[in-house]
Amino acid sequence: MTEIMNSSHTSGDPVLRVTDLKMHFPVRSKGLFPKTIGQVKAVDGVSFDVQPGETLGLVGESGCGKSTTGRTALRLLEPTDGKVEMDGIDVTRMSAKEMVPLRRKAAMIFQDPYNALNPRHTVGAIIGAPFAVQGVEPVGGVRAAVRDLMDRVGLNPEHYNRYPAEFSGGQRQRIGIARAVALRPHFIVCDEPVSALDVSIQAQVINLLRDLQDEFGIAYLFVAHDLAVVRQISHRVAVMYLGHVMELTSREDLYARPLHPYTHALLSAIPVPDPRAQKNREHILLSGDLPSPVNPPSGCVFHTRCFVAQDICKVDKPVIREFEPGHQVACHFPITEYLGSTPIVGPDPGLTAESELEGMQDGDSMEQAAESDLIHEPGTNYKDGPDSLIDPGPGLWR
Amino acid sequence: MMTDLTPAPRRAYIEVEELSVQFPTEDGLVRAVDGVTFAIDKGQTIAIVGESGSGKSVTAQAIMGLVNSRTADVTGHVWVDGQDIVGMTDDELRKMRGRTMAMIFQDPMSSLHPFYRIGAQLTEAVNVHNKVSKKEARDRAIEMLHKVGIPSPEKRIEDYPHQFSGGMRQRVMIAMALINSPSLLIADEPTTALDVTVQAQIMELILELQQEYNTAVVLITHDLGIVADAADQVAVMYGARVVESGVIDDIFYAPEMPYTLGLLASVPRLNQVRAERLDPIPGNPPSPIRLPSGCVFNPRCVYTDRVEGNLCATERPALLPTAPGHMVRCHMSKAEREAVATIALGALGRETT
Repeated sequence: MTEIMNSSHTSGDPVLRVTDLKMHFPVRSKGLFPKTIGQVKAVDGVSFDVQPGETLGLVGESGCGKSTTGRTALRLLEPTDGKVEMDGIDVTRMSAKEMVPLRRKAAMIFQDPYNALNPRHTVGAIIGAPFAVQGVEPVGGVRAAVRDLMDRVGLNPEHYNRYPAEFSGGQRQRIGIARAVALRPHFIVCDEPVSALDVSIQAQVINLLRDLQDEFGIAYLFVAHDLAVVRQISHRVAVMYLGHVMELTSREDLYARPLHPYTHALLSAIPVPDPRAQKNREHILLSGDLPSPVNPPSGCVFHTRCFVAQDICKVDKPVIREFEPGHQVACHFPITEYLGSTPIVGPDPGLTAESELEGMQDGDSMEQAAESDLIHEPGTNYKDGPDSLIDPGPGLWR
Repeated sequence: MMTDLTPAPRRAYIEVEELSVQFPTEDGLVRAVDGVTFAIDKGQTIAIVGESGSGKSVTAQAIMGLVNSRTADVTGHVWVDGQDIVGMTDDELRKMRGRTMAMIFQDPMSSLHPFYRIGAQLTEAVNVHNKVSKKEARDRAIEMLHKVGIPSPEKRIEDYPHQFSGGMRQRVMIAMALINSPSLLIADEPTTALDVTVQAQIMELILELQQEYNTAVVLITHDLGIVADAADQVAVMYGARVVESGVIDDIFYAPEMPYTLGLLASVPRLNQVRAERLDPIPGNPPSPIRLPSGCVFNPRCVYTDRVEGNLCATERPALLPTAPGHMVRCHMSKAEREAVATIALGALGRETT
């Protein structure tokens, strides 16, 4: 891999910091003189940051605002309120022109590999487009760089002159990924990058994203609805519901010791591909559907479907708070009873990027970090022993 | 074209025998389904699992008699309660559909007519098969909506499909499918368009109603979690063929076909120690126009060197029993298959039975 440009992250700031972000879309009345008659509160006060080289998973059901959050974070949408910082620079109110140099640092991978690529452009032109747009001339020329990228993401460089229609869904997603990493961004928003793909191809693409992260130190904001996929790739996970972050913590804590009743319900709703374990699992069936974001419930937005809701939940909106170090939750009655005993099996060897990457000095390349096995030290952050499928206890579970 | 030969006595309620569907196209003959065979009884669920293009949906359509005989070539047999669906006239099929067998589709928005109130759509299904008064049909529709968990059905029956949420529409679809208590329900990816919490509700509903009506269910899905949750039997399809079939424990705990092994290994799962890397199947699924010769899976199979000669690439393996009720389509010997299964499932971090 030739080094096209050295863009390794040098400042101490998170690659992305979002503070109290709000994205409301106006609902207009019909007729000759439309009036704004309401607001779709797609994102309503969301705060998080993404550290260099880290993956933050953003999960939730459709309509929870996770994709809008991703788009607003890249300033593809103008936020209604709040603050977006990239590499410590406030970009919330920057003009499109001012954004141009920053676009090099951030990229996006889209869900639908069929619509994200121009069908009339060759693969070479698609992957080479970022160089042209940003006026970057890589060492050895654009063509060589594109071939290099194609090779890196597992495409045959001989297919440089082919059109997207000649590729399968998984290969098209690889094209989208090659385009996203072309300029070595610090940060990529991945919007459901594998949900349109077959399972055997999903695994290939997840592995590819992991490899690229290790190689180039890219941070991901990984937006997805599939909690199993998110667990596979994320260091930290934020659970969203109706425009709010309900819980935000490390991967290990979220899956082994969830606090928010919604997280409990989500985890229990996913059938595991293991019939005996599945038969023995307890399910929390949430009643009803997602309420409308035009008219969200008062108090805690989840109270209409919550199985531990009390009167206070209907009037008092819980503020997201640090319940334990590094474990944020927005709930009046977090479920702690089954601490260390959830439907999810225990030890989770893997990445704890924040803490481990902190030790990196300016100028250290991510490749070195990866080689020195900092990123892949298994089991270091795990506190409890392995748990098997666990008796969830009486009461709340049925 | 019904043959005059009396069919041999059937054992199972539904028997699909060597079902094949071919579409002649400009690019060549598309073999969408190639010799699919399985059987289920009333009250049982068979899951047909496979990736896109594997032929699972066309199999479902052929069972419903929905494959147009003018544009496709359907051969083989689909015995439903002793009657062969293949070769039935449109009139005969129309009598079967709705009453004997019904289907739930993936996308409830495009399967409900947007211009008609759901009440009209539900009562139509009643009227087609029963001589009943308007009032009786309406009562039946309300009763069914109540059964699928739609609140205040006597009001909602006047609503149009767009006034329902995705999960509620799928409930309406289920009500419509089951309104004449069919004995066979085909569910083609019934929850793929829904969120997980709603998916859990819908799967629970389907299983509840199955118990109540003793329905045979053919569940088409790509989600192994749903299979584990709902199925009694499983048929794994790849490249238009069934490559492995058996009861659910055979497929999940004693699989022998390399594709099944690959599928199980490539799914991230919540109930297990998280693997540092997933173990994907290399390559891409084949195009149904250019299916590989020999075993359809051989270009992606990592065990072809365990078979003597070049058999995998040249000769099509038969679907043969490896244990009672457990069929496998693979050239490897049983000992070899068990050996590779132990390796593959060992990497998954769990025991085989």
